Amino acid sequence: MNLIAVLILFPLVVSIVTFLVRKENIRSAVVRIGAVGTLGLTVYTALQYFNDGLRISLGETEMIEIFILVVEVGLAAYIIRLGIQTKKYLISVFSLFQTALILWFEFTQKHGIEVETSIVFDKLSGVMVLIVGVIGSLICLYAVGYMKGYHEHHTEVKDRQSFFLGVLFLFLSAMFGLVLSNNLMWLYFCWEITTFCSFLLIGYTKTPEARNNSLLALIINVGGGVAFAIAIVMIGMNFETLELSTLIAMKPEALVLIPVFLLCVAALTKSAQLPFSAWLLGAMVAPTPSSALLHSATMVKAGVYLIIRLAPLLGETSVGRIITLVGSITFLACSLLAIAQRDAKKVLAYSTIANLGLIVMCASIGTQEAIWAAILLVIFHAVSKSLLFLSVGSIEHQLGNRNIENMNILMHVSRKLSIYLTIGIAGMFLAPFGMLISKWVAMKSFIDSNNVIIVIILAYGSAATLFYWGKWIGTLLSNGVGKTDGHHGVFSLDEEIPIFLQAAIVVISCLAFPLISKVAIVPYLSEAFGGQAMAPIGLGNQLIMVIMMAVLILMPLGYIPLSKNSKARVTPIYMAGENAGDNEHFIAATGVKRKSELSNWYLEVYLGGKRFTFWSNMTAITLLAIGVLLVIWGWAL
Amino acid sequence: MNYNTKSPWILHYDGSSCNGCDIEVLACLTPLYDVERFGVINTGNPRHADILLITGGVNDQNIPVVKQIYEQMAEPKVVVAVGICATSGGIFADCYNMVGGVENVLPVDVYVPGCAARPQAIIDGVVKALAVLDEKQNAMKK
Amino acid sequence: MLAIWIIRIILIVVLTPIVGGLLAGFDRIISARVQGRKGPPLLQPFYDVLKLIKKENIEVNKTYKFYVYASLFFIILTAVIMLMGGDMLLAIFVLTLGAIFFAFGGYASQSPYSIIGAERELLQMMAYEPMVLITAAGLYMVSKSFFISDMISQAVPAIVYLPAVFVGFVYILTFKLRKSPFDLSLGHHAHQELVQGISTEYSGRELAIIEITHWYESIIALAFVYVFFATSNPISHVFAVLACLVVYFFEILVDNSTVRVKWQLALKSAWIVTGVVSVVNLMIVSFFKF
Repeated sequence: MNLIAVLILFPLVVSIVTFLVRKENIRSAVVRIGAVGTLGLTVYTALQYFNDGLRISLGETEMIEIFILVVEVGLAAYIIRLGIQTKKYLISVFSLFQTALILWFEFTQKHGIEVETSIVFDKLSGVMVLIVGVIGSLICLYAVGYMKGYHEHHTEVKDRQSFFLGVLFLFLSAMFGLVLSNNLMWLYFCWEITTFCSFLLIGYTKTPEARNNSLLALIINVGGGVAFAIAIVMIGMNFETLELSTLIAMKPEALVLIPVFLLCVAALTKSAQLPFSAWLLGAMVAPTPSSALLHSATMVKAGVYLIIRLAPLLGETSVGRIITLVGSITFLACSLLAIAQRDAKKVLAYSTIANLGLIVMCASIGTQEAIWAAILLVIFHAVSKSLLFLSVGSIEHQLGNRNIENMNILMHVSRKLSIYLTIGIAGMFLAPFGMLISKWVAMKSFIDSNNVIIVIILAYGSAATLFYWGKWIGTLLSNGVGKTDGHHGVFSLDEEIPIFLQAAIVVISCLAFPLISKVAIVPYLSEAFGGQAMAPIGLGNQLIMVIMMAVLILMPLGYIPLSKNSKARVTPIYMAGENAGDNEHFIAATGVKRKSELSNWYLEVYLGGKRFTFWSNMTAITLLAIGVLLVIWGWAL
Repeated sequence: MNYNTKSPWILHYDGSSCNGCDIEVLACLTPLYDVERFGVINTGNPRHADILLITGGVNDQNIPVVKQIYEQMAEPKVVVAVGICATSGGIFADCYNMVGGVENVLPVDVYVPGCAARPQAIIDGVVKALAVLDEKQNAMKK
Repeated sequence: MLAIWIIRIILIVVLTPIVGGLLAGFDRIISARVQGRKGPPLLQPFYDVLKLIKKENIEVNKTYKFYVYASLFFIILTAVIMLMGGDMLLAIFVLTLGAIFFAFGGYASQSPYSIIGAERELLQMMAYEPMVLITAAGLYMVSKSFFISDMISQAVPAIVYLPAVFVGFVYILTFKLRKSPFDLSLGHHAHQELVQGISTEYSGRELAIIEITHWYESIIALAFVYVFFATSNPISHVFAVLACLVVYFFEILVDNSTVRVKWQLALKSAWIVTGVVSVVNLMIVSFFKF
């Protein structure tokens, strides 16, 4: 018990201290100690409880309940005032409604509902805690160096680093709470806190754009919160319980499916699925560490985490089918949309949404294999995506922009960064890296569940994924010569250590995936579904994957010394005319020296405009509307 | 055994010519002559070619181009000058910008006469070039 | 047991390119006959490769040759997995890895032509990848296993259940075999608007490796066709080989009677064909629950 409390409260304390300390050196030290401390605590907690799990029933939780209520009311007051100030009355209405609902429920209906187990640490929570703790603390560590460089480049932005770093730790604390709570009220509270942290971080630069985007994120997520609040009230009133585990154990009847559908809608907003995805794209204005932590690795995973938890209730039900379709539309549309993006962070954002869509698909299919894939996807996506975000953040400091087209000179500017970035990208789509293994199992489970349409959508989406990552790596490898925009920052150790560790984790997690499967996922599945679960990939294939990984590591290492010693005659590249000698220019007509300029394919004609986005959103909205109808119908019958 | 005699890949470069020889070079690929019987391929890329087949003479403008193409070819390689212009500048020899035959720029191994050179003559020239190619390959081994 | 495995693997690694090379020679003769020419000897592809290996070693930079070897390695691995009767999805992923390494080689060459070729190669991969995955999915649906050894030991050949998927696969096979009209990234024909695409800057031994890789790839592509026809009945394997030959002959005819299309048409038509055949065929299969 104590250890869990420490795990949740330690980042909170660090957050408060960071917020109060204004002196840069001391603050940096505090953040570093805080990050390393969180990392250590996470690993220690995981080691302690991972095998046996932990279920805690707190006898007297009066104090915690009151604390939560007070904070919630305070938060609501702030949000309502903010909505009125900025004339976004929808936020105020949402916030007022949900808070009033929760307060009414708390004071009039809740008597007699006992929460037996408030905290559950099982294999799934364990995996999530490890992701949040390990990746989160690495990102916090990175933020120290990044924010320093950020303010050197962006002198127009007011330096509020204490605030920024403080919110990061506050978020970690809330996230630990979220994945460990079994009490829906607590879960809801942490859910709202993460929404609020996200809002604060998106608005960090205080530019009009940042402000608008942060408000958009708030509207959508508070809207999701409304759905969550209604779901809690319905569960509490109909079934006299507030425990997630009890809810999951129920039969998927019509009355259960309504709150489950609402919870799924809340999860879809949090995970930025279509049609709620606009906020995540807007969130990319925030400084990179927050994009890495909240908007790809952890917070958006809260949504899919909830769906994975609810998986036993989804599966064959109408709600499950609808959520699967929404996820698949999101996966396909966002994979295609990512092709048309030049801004590296936009590509990462779209890819994040797409992959969350894939996880939603897997989770809502609800079979053992699918959940296996979903959990692996959560792990590998978090690992690879945070590496990608951190690398892009540092690259932006090096090149002065984050346009993918300009990254062809990265090999000359920083060889290390381009290697890290390449590892991250490869981690997203190539065999034998983790994402692909998960996709493989996803494919198998989709066919097994007889979902032909989903199988086809997965095939198309994967092909699009292949294209946009492929051209990005290609640009990196094309190794052009050119100039940076001028301010060429230093790639400090503060940034490099976390990036290096992340890259190492990406590679190691792929080598260790059979182990992860055996230690964490298979036991979880056996527990959740009963019976003995099996890893969907056979031992022979796992072996081949590991061998491939080893080859991918060893082959370049073996080739480098060979190529260094090669005595080959170096010749100018072929330009179908005279190469001016630098491999960049050719002698054009009338003897003029001209640069050969190349650009990647963005297919903007098809995917660039607003039309494609509009129709994808419409499809998703229609699906959700059908879902509402089906749920009401099921209940009415 | 050297296989380059069985697989001569050709790069055709047109210097200053009247295009008569170029048409005859392409005529070699037609069903009537079908040089692919001997494994000949018209590559259009110096990196892949063994034989540089030049029609027309060289002028001030294309000297660096011809030199660069030759540099981009891998050894063993031979140069075949097709037609009288490639041999000496031909009818264009007195033009203000002409340098003359290909030999002014590159070491030519085989000269094919004719204005325009007949396909039979071109094929014959290529076959002669194969013997040179073979020699050069043997020289490389040592 | 292990010894037999190793011998089988060695045989696959050695024999596949030999058969693939013979097929390429056969291809060149047929193409020549179609055009009213005599054509080169059957062993011409081998002469070409043996010549290339002996050529001088030249390069444009230190990195670009690496990708060709990496590509070859993974393509060989694919061939081994497929011909040993291994997991088809795994084979497809490894094949993709090999293909994408080849495209990276184009980027790393830095030449404008090879980079354009590499981009077209990625586009082609995007065009054919869905159908390849769906083919595997369809075969899994009828045989309940991703292992090729199981797929080819069913009582009824897969073609009976998956005729439309087979048509779709043959459609995208043209990409994989680098034949007109879908030889956008590089081709053996004299389309010279992008010189030789990805392979523009490769010469000598690396070019030979590219040829050999292509031989492996042809056999891998035809192995998919084979799986559609082979059953537990030994005679069916004869039919499967015949089917491969017929399909390959058909591809040669298409190659000789069409011209390279624009990328828009290549991408759109491949995706539309894939979509139609897979939805129709898989829906029916899934409805009857094989």
